[in-house]
Amino acid sequence: MAAGGADKFSVLLPTYNERENLPLVVWLLARTFQESGTNFEIIIIDDGSPDGTQEIAEQLEKIYGSDKIVMREIISILFPSGTAYIHGMKHATGNFIVIMDADLSHHVSLYFIKQKEGNFDIVSGTRYKGNGGVYGWDLKRKLISRGANFITQVLLRPGASDLTGSFRLYRKEVLQKLMEKCVSKGYVFQMEMIVRARQLGYTIGEVPISFVDRVYGESKLGGNEIVSFLKGLLTLFATT
Amino acid sequence: MTKLGQWLCGLALLGSAWAVLALAPPGLQLPAPYRQALLPLPVYLLVAFGCYSLATVGYRLATFNDCEEAAAELQEHISTARADLRRRGLRF
Repeated sequence: MAAGGADKFSVLLPTYNERENLPLVVWLLARTFQESGTNFEIIIIDDGSPDGTQEIAEQLEKIYGSDKIVMREIISILFPSGTAYIHGMKHATGNFIVIMDADLSHHVSLYFIKQKEGNFDIVSGTRYKGNGGVYGWDLKRKLISRGANFITQVLLRPGASDLTGSFRLYRKEVLQKLMEKCVSKGYVFQMEMIVRARQLGYTIGEVPISFVDRVYGESKLGGNEIVSFLKGLLTLFATT
Repeated sequence: MTKLGQWLCGLALLGSAWAVLALAPPGLQLPAPYRQALLPLPVYLLVAFGCYSLATVGYRLATFNDCEEAAAELQEHISTARADLRRRGLRF
């Protein structure tokens, strides 16, 4: 991989109450990028967290330098996923954008970054292929995940094996184009991005990722989530 | 065309083909055995799809990887990260 070159990766990290996880995620990202000699920046978009996430982010900015860590705050109720990315992208100076969660559920790996050498417009992490997988999931959760994914594949035929994961790499122009076209909220928004991307003819590469269940904090998967997932899926089915 | 649109078109096409062949008025009919075979075809296809779905989801459930080493590795990274950040002056 050409050292540096002209490529710069902007990592967008939307956060809400991630005081524990944030420094660890930043450390892992910084180390991964530094080891590969890649130019990067991390943009933290915090939704007015009451737990001191912003204070930790500011400390990190001092430690790593404000060309590497950028903190932006937005205050919004309900915090739909899309808004954070829109805000984040305004400040992104890289030509590749990495979107991931700040909760340590995505195992940062260099392989993921190298995959972009396949010249894909989008690289998406998948838990369902290769040696991708999960940790700490009981049978019920696995069943719901596989079941939901199966329904999604049948209805949407999206051309990607894992739609609800949110560990992705986009070319900046591609992400901007998709953000204009996508209207959903929450993780349905992630699904819509991939579906629209395929419609627009963008190439999508997949890399196996390990989804390690939250180290700190609580995960959210209840009846409400399932219902809203189905509603979102049907909306996508009817509108894309 | 939306996915819903594609499904509706496909179903309309197959549905009308089936209706014409299986329920046709006298004069335009296939021999009786063929019609009798065609009549329950939609139900058969539905059941077949149901079985396929169960088998596929079951198989995928059984082959869902558990990432033991990734979890262990992550714990290691976390300790290293905390030590290093503390050294650099981060107050947790």
